[in-house]
Amino acid sequence: MTNHMDQMDIEHTQSVDMMLNMGPQHPSTHGVFRMLLRIDGEVVVDAEPHIGYLHRGSEKLCEGEQYHQVVTLFDRLDYISNFNNEWVFCRAVEKLMGVEVPQRAEYIRVILAELNRIASHLLFLGTFGLDAGAMTPVMFAFRARERIQGFFEAVSGARMMHNYFHIGGVKEDVPHNFNDLLSSLLLDLRKDVEECDRLLSFNEVFVARTKGVGEIDLETALDYGWTGPSLRACGLEYDVRKAEPYSIYNLFEFEVPVARDGDCWDRYYVRVLEMYESLSIIEQAFSGIPDGPVMALGRRLIRPPKGDVYVRAENPRGEIGVYLVSDGTDKPYRVKVRPPSFCSLSALRHLVRDTYIADAVVILGSLDIVLGEVDR
Amino acid sequence: METATPNNQGKPKEQGEAFPQEAQDFFALLVRVLRGRRFQRGLLDDRLQISVEPKDLEDICRLLKEDPRTNFKILLCIAAVDYIDYIQMVYVLLSPEHERILGVKMDLSYKDLTVSTLSGIWRAADWYEREAHDLFGVDFKGHPDLSPLLLYEGFEGFPGRKEFPFHEYDEY
Repeated sequence: MTNHMDQMDIEHTQSVDMMLNMGPQHPSTHGVFRMLLRIDGEVVVDAEPHIGYLHRGSEKLCEGEQYHQVVTLFDRLDYISNFNNEWVFCRAVEKLMGVEVPQRAEYIRVILAELNRIASHLLFLGTFGLDAGAMTPVMFAFRARERIQGFFEAVSGARMMHNYFHIGGVKEDVPHNFNDLLSSLLLDLRKDVEECDRLLSFNEVFVARTKGVGEIDLETALDYGWTGPSLRACGLEYDVRKAEPYSIYNLFEFEVPVARDGDCWDRYYVRVLEMYESLSIIEQAFSGIPDGPVMALGRRLIRPPKGDVYVRAENPRGEIGVYLVSDGTDKPYRVKVRPPSFCSLSALRHLVRDTYIADAVVILGSLDIVLGEVDR
Repeated sequence: METATPNNQGKPKEQGEAFPQEAQDFFALLVRVLRGRRFQRGLLDDRLQISVEPKDLEDICRLLKEDPRTNFKILLCIAAVDYIDYIQMVYVLLSPEHERILGVKMDLSYKDLTVSTLSGIWRAADWYEREAHDLFGVDFKGHPDLSPLLLYEGFEGFPGRKEFPFHEYDEY
């Protein structure tokens, strides 16, 4: 028997590729995402991503709602970082109308959006660890995220889908115990983030699973339209908050973390470092928050002048853009969202080719996609 | 059904009308980069914007990406807007090196909704064009695979267009 095996010409043995369906209901696809893998043994030969299971026609729905109602639809795009989404739409309308947002509202917006960035990255940290086989970090990350969600509830009245940013400012002033809540939250949060970082980042098994996996070079990443942490992991220091400072980001000092190799671990670690920077931004904003009004517009019916505008913002997942066309009525004529994870997901086919199936799961996790935003 | 609204800022301005100095410098540079290809100057709110003819789009975009003086490495967004008489495509380009954004607008008449694909220039265009094909029925000549992306196979109609019945319910 052994002799027979030795004589077999392994080089020229033909095997038939197998099609493996992954998703739409699969824990590692982070939502309803389906991937059709063509596999040769353990190796992925080709992958065909299928999206659209969560397509609700949000952009078209916006055309039938009044401006202040559209904010609620933006909550449901990237449902992990609601505040960031609300903010970019509010800014688009404010820019079209030429509204100056009160300073206090800007500070509140920055604090909440940066907290939301940390919450989003914590969720990423936990689930990415889970994808790589680490079961514990997700518990710690969720505990920390829950603290933030609780704080959001105290401020806006809802854990998610806040509808708190309104065009011209924020819905209402923060609760009277805002300062106490935030200072105790920040104390806990710094400890939590450090704990998660120590627990996962340099774990030997985790590094072995992610370092050198899913590498992408800078040119290809730019070609696919990557932005945000995923692009910075490839070595380009580009952050909308620095390149085109919006709101009051020019008042704060913060670094833009950059990695070099563009592999899964780099994409992960850039996000971890970003959490520390966000904490520093929140602390700076908290110490400088002024008194005053939180709303610039007294009326509810909003009619921006005719025209179109393209507004960008740095979301946890990358650069979100809103192209808004107004025809002078109380409803937008067209809203087009440029979702960051749509672009990172379109590179998936390129990334998972010639990797192992287990690595394909890690690569997908490292892109940090949210299907609500991909499908809209 | 709402009527078509001409988009005042989307329409190219007359030559000679005042642009900010920075915009004038950039348009002068574009004339050199595009080597005589026709484009109309405009502004997208406070950003730079040009309008081009569908037949020139691929050429112009290739030059915009590959010329080191413009270097628009990232295609940020492709938006299709239905103005009932025509469909306007808005391409938003970003050059991280020069920290500059350029909007490229192009009008497509309903009689001929065909334009050459940009997926050979930026791979990001691949999915954006499939999306525009799904929702607006724009045909991209030379695109490798225009199968439905967001909609399911066999979906009838183009839900992005204004004519698509979407809000035909009674409001209380």
